Amino acid sequence: MSTQAMWISKTGLEAQQTRMSVISNNLANVNTTGYKKSRAVFEDLLYQNVRQVGAQSSQDTILPTGLQIGTGVRTVATEKTHTQGTIQQTGNSLDIAVNGRGFFQILRPDGSVTYTRDGSFKLDGDGQMVTSGGYPLEPSISIPDDSLSVTVGVDGTVSVLQAGNATPTQVGNITLADFVNPTGLDPIGENQFRESLSSGSPTVTTPGESGVGLLSGGSLETSNVNVVEELVSMIETQRAYEMNSKAISNSDQMLQRLMQDL
Amino acid sequence: MDTSLYVAMSGAKQAMLAQAVNSHNLSNANTTGFKADLSQFRSMPVYGAGLPSHVYAMAERPGIDFEKGTIQTTGRELDVSIQGEGWLAVQAEDGTEAYTRAGDLRTTPDGLLVTGTGLPVMGGGGPVTLPESEKVDIGVDGTISIIPLGDSAATLSAIDRIKLVNPPLADVEKGKDGLFRLKSGVDAEPSAEVRLVSGSVESSNVSVVSAMVDMIELARSFELQVKMMKTVSENEATSAQLMRIS
Repeated sequence: MSTQAMWISKTGLEAQQTRMSVISNNLANVNTTGYKKSRAVFEDLLYQNVRQVGAQSSQDTILPTGLQIGTGVRTVATEKTHTQGTIQQTGNSLDIAVNGRGFFQILRPDGSVTYTRDGSFKLDGDGQMVTSGGYPLEPSISIPDDSLSVTVGVDGTVSVLQAGNATPTQVGNITLADFVNPTGLDPIGENQFRESLSSGSPTVTTPGESGVGLLSGGSLETSNVNVVEELVSMIETQRAYEMNSKAISNSDQMLQRLMQDL
Repeated sequence: MDTSLYVAMSGAKQAMLAQAVNSHNLSNANTTGFKADLSQFRSMPVYGAGLPSHVYAMAERPGIDFEKGTIQTTGRELDVSIQGEGWLAVQAEDGTEAYTRAGDLRTTPDGLLVTGTGLPVMGGGGPVTLPESEKVDIGVDGTISIIPLGDSAATLSAIDRIKLVNPPLADVEKGKDGLFRLKSGVDAEPSAEVRLVSGSVESSNVSVVSAMVDMIELARSFELQVKMMKTVSENEATSAQLMRIS
């Protein structure tokens, strides 16, 4: 039995459910360092041509509009919005925030490089700078054991003050990777992104050059989720869900009438 | 007797069968690792004298929906979900090897690693047996590591590896016990590419919205068939009345 309206509304319900999942994910990550909010993007599904627009209705006239029935909605993408989050001062010398474009490079155990905006670095057993998950920063920077303090400059220069020396020693340079299309990066969890065909290949530069942002030591970038916007979207999603389920129950009532009254 | 009565009856009967398949899916909307059954109708025309104008309906289950279910993060260390494709090998109640996506594992007092329903998980050589341990850990590739009873965290040692398989989905079918096996009946080869994520479990892949709309449609379809049967009955009553000798 082809009850098209019911199936079209069903696609609407599923689309709103997906949107709800995306909003919930954003809200769950409202306090995650370096998190970029997602957005579900919908598109309308193919149209069934009952009467082709532009066809000839007679020898001299053509149809100004056709008769096309859509088949519903589909979630086509969830895109991450890479706008700047708020820079929050923490006072921890190894916490770094990127002010502008660019990602930190992280080395995974399988040798691949992933990218992140989460600059909450720690030191591992060998003095190497690692992320909270234990993955080392690329290019790797080791802080010597006897250093009194560490400073990260705005251009990525990492310098330490060692006991006995009045002048700080430079131990490394943090570089940032920039992409033509950061939205095309593939999120893999753990606050990290992987390069993909749509993001383009990374250009590694020192912070401050070629449009890449500057580093801010002693601070972290919070998530760019706007809680008010998400809550309003949630209300909107709920109402859209209700409207679609009303369309289904109306189709059902119409069928019921067909069965009972004829 | 008007054959259209029987055609309508077959429609109603098959609608009820399809409704049963749908209810089965709906009732398993929260079962860990459940894969929904697909159902479809097929037209069965009757060939005989004349043209095949009587077309009966038949409901069938052509296959399984192998879509991935939702991942529920539980935080429990022994809960594993499979990242992407792949299956866990377990020993079914009849002793044969079967596959499942339900990763809600637990340990029994007898030292077996079992799924939530009590099926032993297969390791390198037969079901996994665990010695007395303080803590059991499952790695990304299925490696089972334990801390023996009374020892410290530094003595974590790998004792076995869960058998993870990844046969092509076209070869997998669901058996009567809800577990999956290969159509050819042989055991699948272990695969090294399957990845487990601990602390989460894969829930059922039933789309409740789809199932509810299906239910409404099947109920209306059933009503339609019953209406047909009533109409035929009225026709017969009228024609019987014509022949009445008053």
